[in-house]
Amino acid sequence: MLWGVVQFPGSCDERDALHACELSGDEARLIWHEERDLGGADAVVVPGGFSYGDYLRAGAIARFSPAMEAVAEFAAAGGPVLGICNGFQVLCETGLLPGALLLNDNLRFVCRQVDLLADGLWPSQGAQSLIEPGETLSIPAKHGEGRYWAPEGMLDAIEAKGQVAFRYAAGQNPNGSARDIAGVRNEAGNVLGLMPHPEHAVDAMTGSTDGLGVFEAMAGARA
Amino acid sequence: MKARVLIRPKEGILDPQGKAVERALPALGFEGIEHVRVGRVVELEAEDPAKLPELCEKLLANPLIEDFEIESIDGA
Amino acid sequence: MSAPAASSPHRELGLTDAEYELICEKLGREPNGVELAMFSLLWSEHCAYKHSRKLLRRLPTEGERVVMGPGENAGAVDVGEGYAVAFKVESHNHPSAVEPFQGAATGVGGILRDVFALGARPIAILDSLRFGELDSVRSRHLLDGAVRGIGHYGNSIGVPNVGGEIYFEAPYEHNCLVNAMCVGIAKQDEMVRAAAAGVGNAVVLMGASTGRDGIGGASVLASAELGDGDDAKRPTVQIGDPFEESKVLECCLELLAKGLLVSLQDLGAAGLTSSASEMASAGGVGIEIDVAQVPLREADMEPFEIMVSESQERMLAVVEPGRVAEVIAVCEKWQTGSAQIGTVTDNGLVRVLRGGEVVGEMPVEALVDGCPLYDLAPAEPEGWIYGNEDVLAERVAAVAGPDADAADPASTLLALLSSPSVASKRWAFEQYDSIVGSRTARRPESADAAVLAIPEADTAIAVSIDGNGRRVACDPYAGTVEAVLECTQNLACAGAEPLGLTNCLNFGNPEKPAPAWQLDRAVQGLADVCEALGVPVVGGNVSLYNEGPEGPIYPTPVVGMVGELPSPELAGPSAFVREGDAIALLGPFEPSLAGSELMKLRGELDAGLAQPDIAAVAAACAAVRGAVRAGKIASAHDVSDGGLACALAEAAIGSGFGCQVDLQHLRERGCSPEEALFGEGVGGFLISGEREKLEALAGEGVAVLPLGKVGGAAVEVAAGDRSLTVPVADAERAWHSLSGRAESIAV
Repeated sequence: MLWGVVQFPGSCDERDALHACELSGDEARLIWHEERDLGGADAVVVPGGFSYGDYLRAGAIARFSPAMEAVAEFAAAGGPVLGICNGFQVLCETGLLPGALLLNDNLRFVCRQVDLLADGLWPSQGAQSLIEPGETLSIPAKHGEGRYWAPEGMLDAIEAKGQVAFRYAAGQNPNGSARDIAGVRNEAGNVLGLMPHPEHAVDAMTGSTDGLGVFEAMAGARA
Repeated sequence: MKARVLIRPKEGILDPQGKAVERALPALGFEGIEHVRVGRVVELEAEDPAKLPELCEKLLANPLIEDFEIESIDGA
Repeated sequence: MSAPAASSPHRELGLTDAEYELICEKLGREPNGVELAMFSLLWSEHCAYKHSRKLLRRLPTEGERVVMGPGENAGAVDVGEGYAVAFKVESHNHPSAVEPFQGAATGVGGILRDVFALGARPIAILDSLRFGELDSVRSRHLLDGAVRGIGHYGNSIGVPNVGGEIYFEAPYEHNCLVNAMCVGIAKQDEMVRAAAAGVGNAVVLMGASTGRDGIGGASVLASAELGDGDDAKRPTVQIGDPFEESKVLECCLELLAKGLLVSLQDLGAAGLTSSASEMASAGGVGIEIDVAQVPLREADMEPFEIMVSESQERMLAVVEPGRVAEVIAVCEKWQTGSAQIGTVTDNGLVRVLRGGEVVGEMPVEALVDGCPLYDLAPAEPEGWIYGNEDVLAERVAAVAGPDADAADPASTLLALLSSPSVASKRWAFEQYDSIVGSRTARRPESADAAVLAIPEADTAIAVSIDGNGRRVACDPYAGTVEAVLECTQNLACAGAEPLGLTNCLNFGNPEKPAPAWQLDRAVQGLADVCEALGVPVVGGNVSLYNEGPEGPIYPTPVVGMVGELPSPELAGPSAFVREGDAIALLGPFEPSLAGSELMKLRGELDAGLAQPDIAAVAAACAAVRGAVRAGKIASAHDVSDGGLACALAEAAIGSGFGCQVDLQHLRERGCSPEEALFGEGVGGFLISGEREKLEALAGEGVAVLPLGKVGGAAVEVAAGDRSLTVPVADAERAWHSLSGRAESIAV
């Protein structure tokens, strides 16, 4: 099983994501943003950081890179795609996920360990869920533009279809995200985006290991 | 054509930058200012002005959260 | 000596008449405009260290683990398996006082470049900040801007900020201090020096284009006191672009890995002028620069502007002619600029051309080493020169309510915990990414030092940055010795042994007798303690003229230290771990109220500090270090600001448990109950763990005083007639009060 981790100018957490994929038992390689070829990747990570300096809007420029066009095709064909932080922003800008990420409501970057509640059910097609609904994961969040927003009607639809993957636990919403939403899936369930960083929760030396489950679950999330 | 694109947060979306500016104004001695909203300006020169709306929709603004307005700049 | 007047150009640029005459003598003629601009910058205090260089020669700089010492872009120490850890601290004080966001951001950018100029990948940032009291709108503005700027730059470039300190003292009101430290990792055989070499080699400029940023900026600002009219200096502030820097960084590391560079230097203060000249000087060669080849951001820039521009995110490299094309190709891959702008020559001159025309020509030696070095005329001032203000009752009322008794020790503890210098800095460090890179084993405020894994060398490092300007003001020699011992203690709590030290000396006007005396005594203290501990000084920075209309800042030597420990998991937390664990005080701690936070709140500060017993503190550090590595201690926390009562409260807050402690044994050393609770000084380690294991640490020259145990929901300290009980929840609220103060928009 091979993970492809996209790397843009300005990505920061791509090597951490590579490391996390490897720790979860698989092989992983970097995909340079100019490559159209995903190199046989079975699953893709769009990592955290400040791609293109977050200029214009976070993720707005990265979505037009050749690699992201290839990722969009891969996702449309049912391939698993995990977007973390800036990656989540890119996936929303691309339209692969609903909604948008805005400036944190307190206007400050926040780096803090948060508890996430796994919400909704993972799609049953081929996915082996290692995360139970209602389970709590301790994962670090670190972002300045992480406030999830969508129009009320879209939020109702997302919730009705079980697309909310994670919410911040009570009292732990660090950025004012609507309905405490920390991560969402697409309808088919093969694309997941979340603001907190599971790749920084894979090693007891640096914190919790609750993030490993996210990688393991995504590995099997083919639609 | 020289153009100026004004990009604003949509009405109804929390604009914390605007709120922060509004809150700070009285402390700096400016009273009676409200409904502050902060956006962006992009200035450019376009050979084919007809392409501008698409450029705005796809890249310069995010239509889900922002409105935009294209102005042509007179002269030169 | 140097009173800039409008009458002649050289004086306007900050040169004395005597210095100007010396330049004429060295050139054999008067300098033209380009040459005068270049001399004025390189002969400024900031670049030439003319008042401090003689003093700095006292510092011990050698050791068997030293790979790069002072004089290179940063210092570096050997950590085994062919790897070195590079590190340095630098100041960006004057620019931050004018524009705190960009000043602090570009301070981070600059220190990052110093580290990757050696070929080391930056893996951590730390920052040491000082502002006036938080009552002042200006100080809150500077704090907010500086923290946002540091966060913006470090977060965007993906280097974690793993530690630091922030102090709030009236003497910094007009002269804030922003010191930034960077730590990097490199394979020793891929490291590169700054010296230009190889006559005929190409000089290549990489990175951002050159504009008018900072012209006449950092160097000149740093050589003069800030007074009225500093708004006029606003146009010279440098603007940082961390996205550009991340591209330049990757580009440089790739170029070095491919062996494409002969030498590398970053562009900082005085831009091309200093980089080109210093590279030539280090290599004993000459250098020729054609400003017409420099990629410009603004049209019509004059040659002198191009040579002194402080536009950020630029690096200068020496490259063999046959490899220039490959270098440019790598720069293009990383979407960063590149241009061959000059050549290495053998004539010992710095020659500036515009196209074919020579617009300036000076001997390298005159520019870089020709500046006169000045002796200080130090004179110890009479007593305490900084003033006092009694705010204790007001602070007690703010934290414990208007009816609280200011004389009650519980109220005093809450006032100290809520004092912005003592309080948790969580409001600040949560604005920094402290985990990117997956090396951070101990995040800010979880242990006394930051701990980073170095898996490539199968080891780990601990890093701390410390200083206490107020205590140095009480006694510059003892206070500076204390700063180094504090760092060593913090490293010991993480189980780390010091490898090397970097320092930033932030002082007032060296031409005045009192600051001169402070600088002289502080450097002597630094030299003596480093010699005694066997810790080499591998690099550093000096920032002088930090003085306003009300006088100089507190003399503030800031010390950054890197130490090694066998494995990151060993480093214990600062906070208690388990209910029932015993608590003890290890080390030669002799608390005194002199120079303490309590004396500051009472408005009773005065000159004088006890002289630290370096050998005894070193022995205690060794004992704690060994015990942490062997797993014999559950938690270790150095006693510093606010004394033992604050240390106990901090250890309790972090654990969620209270403690029951009796200071009787400590008082038997001859201190009053109040001194035992709130007195400060070095040599105190607050440790917890299994009783037998703690007591077994007592040995030759190392005392262990049993204090009590972990448990309950309150911090209960028996200290004769000053006993106190404070619920942990109250202590926590007081300790976390900085965010409310910092975010206040009150005028």
